[in-house]
Amino acid sequence: MNRFAELLDRLVLTPSRNGKLTLLVDYFRSVEDPDRGLALAAITGDLNIAAVKPAMLRMLVTERMDPVLFGYSYDYVGDLAETVSLVWPQTPGNIPNREPTLGEVVAKLQAASRSDGPKVLAGLLDNAGISARFAIIKLVTGGLRIGVSARLAKQALADFGKVDVAEIEELWHGLSPPYMGLFAWLEGKADKPRNTAMALFRPVMLSNPVGDGDLEKLDPADYAAEWKWDGIRVQAVAEGGVRRLYSRTGDDVSGAFPDLADAMHFSAALDGELLVGDPRQATGTFSDLQQRLNRKTVTPKMQQQYPAFMRCYDLLQLGDEDLRALPFRERRGRLEAFVKTLDPGRFDLSPFVAFADWQALENLRRAPPHPIIEGVMLKRWDTPYVAGRPKGPWFKWKRDPHTVDAVLMYAQRGHGKRSSFYSDYTFGVWSGAEGEEELVPVGKAYFGFTDEELKQIDKYVRDNTVERFGPVRSVRADRDNGLVLEVAFEGLNRSTRHKSGVAMRFPRISRLRWDKPANEADRIETLQALLDG
Amino acid sequence: MRASDLLHPRPEGLYCPPGDFFIDPVRPVNRALITHGHSDHARSGHRSVLATPQTLDIMGLRYGEDFAGATQPARLGETIVINGVSVSFHPAGHVLGSAQISVEHQGMRIVASGDYKRRKDATCAPFEPIQCDVFITEATFGLPVFRHPPDTEEIARLLKSAAQFPERSHLVGAYALGKAQRVMRLLRDAGYDRPLYIHGALARLSEYYQSQGVDLGILEPATVEGGKQDFAGAIVVGPPSAFADRWARRFPDPISCFASGWMRIRQRAKQGGVELPLIISDHADWDELTATIKETGAEEVWVTHGREEALVRWCELEGIAARPLHLVGYEDEGD
Repeated sequence: MNRFAELLDRLVLTPSRNGKLTLLVDYFRSVEDPDRGLALAAITGDLNIAAVKPAMLRMLVTERMDPVLFGYSYDYVGDLAETVSLVWPQTPGNIPNREPTLGEVVAKLQAASRSDGPKVLAGLLDNAGISARFAIIKLVTGGLRIGVSARLAKQALADFGKVDVAEIEELWHGLSPPYMGLFAWLEGKADKPRNTAMALFRPVMLSNPVGDGDLEKLDPADYAAEWKWDGIRVQAVAEGGVRRLYSRTGDDVSGAFPDLADAMHFSAALDGELLVGDPRQATGTFSDLQQRLNRKTVTPKMQQQYPAFMRCYDLLQLGDEDLRALPFRERRGRLEAFVKTLDPGRFDLSPFVAFADWQALENLRRAPPHPIIEGVMLKRWDTPYVAGRPKGPWFKWKRDPHTVDAVLMYAQRGHGKRSSFYSDYTFGVWSGAEGEEELVPVGKAYFGFTDEELKQIDKYVRDNTVERFGPVRSVRADRDNGLVLEVAFEGLNRSTRHKSGVAMRFPRISRLRWDKPANEADRIETLQALLDG
Repeated sequence: MRASDLLHPRPEGLYCPPGDFFIDPVRPVNRALITHGHSDHARSGHRSVLATPQTLDIMGLRYGEDFAGATQPARLGETIVINGVSVSFHPAGHVLGSAQISVEHQGMRIVASGDYKRRKDATCAPFEPIQCDVFITEATFGLPVFRHPPDTEEIARLLKSAAQFPERSHLVGAYALGKAQRVMRLLRDAGYDRPLYIHGALARLSEYYQSQGVDLGILEPATVEGGKQDFAGAIVVGPPSAFADRWARRFPDPISCFASGWMRIRQRAKQGGVELPLIISDHADWDELTATIKETGAEEVWVTHGREEALVRWCELEGIAARPLHLVGYEDEGD
């Protein structure tokens, strides 16, 4: 249990992706079965343990200690799981000879009935040290929140076994905790696990951005063009009565889109873009789509107001036939025929964009016919469907980003290589009536600048600090003073969480405008106009 | 006599009227008794200072030899009479030279603990509980959430991380007096025998510790003068403030570590950008505070600098009279 607890503690404080991978790989290497597999399941959210409510946890602890002292403690720490792990009274005679293993803890929790769950939890906490108690409470209260996605965990498995992550993704949904067969294969002690499960994920094919000079070398006749829809990439797989919607990284998202999953009356694997609206009438905007994202439960009203549908652009499997080795031209022909057989309110075909030469396509790309289109996709007619991001067959050619001139307001220190630099910037634009203008924060960015520019901004921050709050400095920014940053972003969403009412997608610093006076930075109305557009 | 007639707070610090002296005054006074060398307790400019020889040495190192008009060394356990009041110094286990001060007059004994801890620490003498009527305890970590783990476990985590990330340097933030030397000594006890790199602010104090028989092994300045050094895989110790500074840029992709009791709280570590928190404290944790209060047999407890309310509450539950003693000028954050 301690090794798992230590892993959680390290992961949550390690900001760099490579650092997290190193920690995970070391853990997989040094911890035995079944503990490492259970830890993996806890991280990917595949561990099934009956949840204990926070109120129950609080009751358990106040039965054991003075409620006033608990109150002082909780006020100070602010996090219930952490407070309980720290203050849980340990009677000296009760300390066990050894800590229970993760496997033992999980087994006890899974065997507990709903009614004796709290008692079992209390017993486990009595026999564990502080770190282990924290990990146990995290397991039963759900959600580790350690900044490790399922995707990153799979990458760590791939690094551990020196295999391609696509192999892990393809296998994943046929496996279950504690993944002993998987680990045995990754350690070279057994054959690759065979997949007998239905409706598995197929690793997706990804595109490369069109770079400078790329198109000059290509013949337009070799490529088909489609709009690039700004929804979420999904794979719809139905087989033997099992229906699943997968995200592009192989996470099962069926639960969030029951309306679409229910319409999958077929035996096939489709690749496409999930959008909202009714494809026969109108496609919803990204703000509409957002209503359906990141929700644990989805109400009937939500499904009615923002129905999900899939704009299909590839067919990977039809019945027993794997189509991935066929050239795109042929797969597309099969797809067109197949989509005709599906519910037209839930599935439609991603249309081609006709073009004679690159210039003509360039003009279309710059002025797409719908706000949710973010550019065009180019697909080579003669290439098979290949997992990963091969260079050549598929290109994405995005609309140019939006830009806004904003004023630097706050700067936060970075991590790792950047721990002595103020490298994360919050910026704002002007709002309010003339003569009473105020800066309102509209976003945060921490890349887009060169190392040299970082040094310059860092110096500016240090020389113009107004206030400090821990690792954050507020920087002098008023009508007469301030550093103007040109910020590029992909789009804007309405936000009720931000004072400005807008949230930027993918913001980054595109230019430092040392030359521009702060009072000439943009106003909030400029951004609001984009929202309504 | 009432306890408050023997010692009570004044703006300058804790004052003893019959003896006419202050304990750890924060402003210059005529006669000061100093518990230990941390700058919020030991200030310069007093007319006369009574402290352990090591505390006097440390004050000399920090403020220069003329830090006080006159100095008098106090041997541990020896009774010194000042204006009819008997005072004696007893080890507090906090840092090198640290002491509790016992003040006794007309049958009433008050012990001012200063800062203290109960854990074994190879860099200073261990705390000795002194029977007394009133015990003045610090409460830096006076909440039940503060439970320091064994320091050897924390050092083991540092060494494990150093092995996991051999291409990076580990920057350990530790206060210049006491914590830094304890961390270095713990590393040596754990078998780490490579040179340790130190920030310039640690040099003289570390040298002094070595001269007092605390072996810290080979210490090298963490400088880049005379050719760019490669600090990959190195453990570097310095004051916490230095790591946010431009000074830290000389190190390759550093992992920031911080040795402090505050690191028990995850949010504290997160806010400070600490990747590897090391829960190593020179203050008593909750269990040590409460155990110590019982051991002194004190009928009354005065609680100072820190989270007084929780410790006062605990005393109430135990039937011990307790009250917060509001002294100004001490750093609540000190560890």
